[in-house]
Amino acid sequence: MKKTAARAAPAGSVTWADEVHALLRAARIRQVAVVPDAGHSRLIRLCEADKAMKIVRLTTEEEGVALLGGAWLGGEKGVLLMQSSGVGHCINMLSLPLACNFPLLMLVTMRGDHGEFNPAQVPMGHATQAVLEAIGVIVKRADLAPDVPEMVSSGLRLAFNTYRPVAVLIGQRVSGAKDFRELTKVSA
Amino acid sequence: MSKPLHRRAVVAELLKDRGDLLCVAGLGAPAWDITAAGDHDLNFPMWGAMGGAAMIGLGLALAQPKRKVLVVTGDGEMLMGLGSLATIAILKPKNLSVVVLDNEHYGETGMQQTHTGHGVDLAGMAKSAGFAQAMKVADPAGLGRLRRKVYGSDGPLFAQVKIDPEKLPLVLPPRDASYLKHRFRIALLGPEAVHDE
Repeated sequence: MKKTAARAAPAGSVTWADEVHALLRAARIRQVAVVPDAGHSRLIRLCEADKAMKIVRLTTEEEGVALLGGAWLGGEKGVLLMQSSGVGHCINMLSLPLACNFPLLMLVTMRGDHGEFNPAQVPMGHATQAVLEAIGVIVKRADLAPDVPEMVSSGLRLAFNTYRPVAVLIGQRVSGAKDFRELTKVSA
Repeated sequence: MSKPLHRRAVVAELLKDRGDLLCVAGLGAPAWDITAAGDHDLNFPMWGAMGGAAMIGLGLALAQPKRKVLVVTGDGEMLMGLGSLATIAILKPKNLSVVVLDNEHYGETGMQQTHTGHGVDLAGMAKSAGFAQAMKVADPAGLGRLRRKVYGSDGPLFAQVKIDPEKLPLVLPPRDASYLKHRFRIALLGPEAVHDE
């Protein structure tokens, strides 16, 4: 398998993403399933730069739920990085970890939450926690940056010690809402 | 036109003398087919999660790069997870084969036609996505070539095997998925697999 092109870890000050990467590394997370996401961009870059981690670029989030079931069958641990809008895609596929008692950790950055501008993001953002809990996923929330590593640590332990799907919802206050009006002023 | 291939015979041929091959089957008939070929600790037949079979195979293949992984699934199940062809293709796992048993129908739900019966070319899609090998199989000679590729060449391999749309008696695997998981992990990773996190 071709190794993901090595990229330098992002520069800059230590953030919640650096702490989360260190937690994932310490937990021997080997498969990192990702969809593109601004809120996770620093964490994705840190994982890409980590030779112990294999990045799996998904076309849709539910692929990651199935992937990580296969990873666990094969003796590896993984994590799924996604946005709340993808939670709806995952619901039926979550029957796999639920029926199998597979551990699964989903780190979900929220849209349709604090300061949202885009009306289309609100329905799924509003429903995210409810639909996850309705199908049986345990949900932890981190609405401030300092809470994120603590909740990820909690989610890691709960998922992998007790063999069940756990989602950590990272609130929009942590990464900030996109300001579409400002972006209209930026020249390409 | 030669006589159509029969799904149970195809799967029996692919799983004969399987060595340490790991096998995942999509829900429905492919799960019954791998069970009919002989229930096995290193089989993971699915009872749900439609569209996820190839991705389970990918996660397994990445975790076990020295083992051959064979996903056997149906045309309807594969059509539900077409994006996974792109996801697999860019990672190029050499040890993964995805074999689609294509009867051009949704056999478990009343034999409605699938898109492959209207000309959708799954092997062409896999080839375009970038699978190292993508083939169509419609006769015993092709099946022999497929078997040799599954066991003897580098993947990722995709095969679309045209089969008779026959309805057969179900051959059910155990359906407690937690049991199937433990059985598989113990056979693959050893008895400590139930203790390790």
